Amino acid sequence: MLFTSYSFIGFILVLFVVYYLVPRRIQWMLLLFSSYLFYFLASPEYLIYISLTTVSTFLAAFWIDHLAAVHQEHLAAHKSSLTRDERKAGKEALKRRQRRYLVACMLLNFGLLAVMKYTNFALANVNSLLQAFGSERQLAFLNLALPMGISFYTFQSMGYLLDVYRGKHPAQKNVFRLALFVSFFPQLVQGPISRYDDLSQTLYGPHAWDWTSVSYGLQRILWGFFKKLVIADRILVAVNTIIRAPEEHQGVFVLVGMLFYTLQLYADFTGGIDITIGIAEVLGIRVKENFNAPFLARNITDYWRRWHISMGTWFRDYLFYPLSVSRPMLNLSRSARRKLGDALGKRVPVYLCTLIVWFATGIWHGSSWNFIVWGLLNGVVIMVSQACEPLYARFHARFQVKDRLAYRAFEIVRTTLLMSAIRLFDCYRDVPLTFRMFGTMFTTPNYGQLFNAEAMKLGLGGADYLVLAAGVAIMVASGIRRKPVSMRERLEPIPAAWRYAAMYLLLIAVLLFGAYGVGYDASQFIYNQF
Amino acid sequence: MDELIGILEGLHPDVDFEHTAGLIDDGILDSFDIISLVAEIDNVFDVQIPASEIVPENFNSAQAQHDLVERLSDS
Repeated sequence: MLFTSYSFIGFILVLFVVYYLVPRRIQWMLLLFSSYLFYFLASPEYLIYISLTTVSTFLAAFWIDHLAAVHQEHLAAHKSSLTRDERKAGKEALKRRQRRYLVACMLLNFGLLAVMKYTNFALANVNSLLQAFGSERQLAFLNLALPMGISFYTFQSMGYLLDVYRGKHPAQKNVFRLALFVSFFPQLVQGPISRYDDLSQTLYGPHAWDWTSVSYGLQRILWGFFKKLVIADRILVAVNTIIRAPEEHQGVFVLVGMLFYTLQLYADFTGGIDITIGIAEVLGIRVKENFNAPFLARNITDYWRRWHISMGTWFRDYLFYPLSVSRPMLNLSRSARRKLGDALGKRVPVYLCTLIVWFATGIWHGSSWNFIVWGLLNGVVIMVSQACEPLYARFHARFQVKDRLAYRAFEIVRTTLLMSAIRLFDCYRDVPLTFRMFGTMFTTPNYGQLFNAEAMKLGLGGADYLVLAAGVAIMVASGIRRKPVSMRERLEPIPAAWRYAAMYLLLIAVLLFGAYGVGYDASQFIYNQF
Repeated sequence: MDELIGILEGLHPDVDFEHTAGLIDDGILDSFDIISLVAEIDNVFDVQIPASEIVPENFNSAQAQHDLVERLSDS
């Protein structure tokens, strides 16, 4: 069921009504039922996978928590008689036992994700190797249906488990409550990847009807539909025209496609997250923001602090930090310092971990080489900009431009162009083709086409460009802010009559200009496929 | 504490670490710095900081980092 389908709109409207009619103590059960129904309607067999993840995570977390409780009881009972060494040995033994459950559960769930998502990619690579070595034998692909949202709910579940293991919060003692945390349908298809200690604060209610929260939630949903249907799905036509006929669209067309795709992805993904957060808000549930004006970032590190925040922090907290501070990496750091000197040696493990994390980030997005190259390129650019920091510092010390508006604008444009260029791998989904098309931006002198109205139509009409220009202007105006604030805070000072008029106009815009008429097909959200 | 300040100044010579709080919240130290710092602490103090302790509260100021090192070396 697409978020942009009439059946989904009907589904959430019925849920909103029933949610506030049933006794408050069972609201969370209704949400669980709705989430499983949503998943069932996508495909009944998906339920097997999500149930397996839920039950295995529940059991592992339960035992990890239980072991910690038993250990605490033992410590409390023998506080005075235990020596410091005995306490330390007891703690290490506890961690060893807890780690068994942790590792087993992670192997099961990441294993499941790997098999479902990467088996055919691995087989395709084996086939390419066999072909390269002259073998005629080819392995048959498996018919595996990737369960919807498996990347998101697996990461969310494993984040929960790791937090229980680290003692950040206790395990959830009710398997059905955990099942809701894993399957909460608004965020199942494209995130954000919530943390248990955040989401659980409001997920289980009870929630009384609150008109303010409901109306703001509805506004947020409407805003999401506007971004998705009026902007993303409209510009998709032009992007597809360019990337599906690469031989006819080189040079300036690649540049236009690159910028259009950046716009499409932003409107698509942030629109989807707006709908997710809006649905949750109507239900009285707080889902954390996943974006913070990413195209105001002044460098790539800053960009990744602002774009898909929940994924970035997941990789940072559960992969980058544990890997970087692991004993082998610390040993590598020491040995690299001895051999390469302090300045270079200390960078070796950090860079190695950065590449590993970005490889993982790339392959998390999709089982193909373009995503791996995309991830690694992000890592390389981050490493290069980190290595160049002393140069930047010297430049900024010499030329006092850092806080000048023009220089900040230059940094923002530079970062946006860089990120957009790297995104071409996501766009063309073919590594050699992407390199070739990128090259044509500099080798094909057809920039005069930019002023050829007919050539620049790219499957869209003049009216479409007008709608796009207006839509983008509204989106940019709403996105420019100094700090993350909710739509609610931004609209607060406006008189209610104007606010409702604006929302009415937005609804009219979605209905009139949404790209779902003849010649259009409301498409799935891009991040849904990850 | 002086040794710790020395390590921090090696990362960002332009920051007054003795009087600055919010090193993480204000984005003065990024994840690269944190990892370099953890490796330095392991090197100099022989204290291994687990990933679970890498949270803003433990790294926001030189004092918080010092307290963390003291706590881990005692445990």
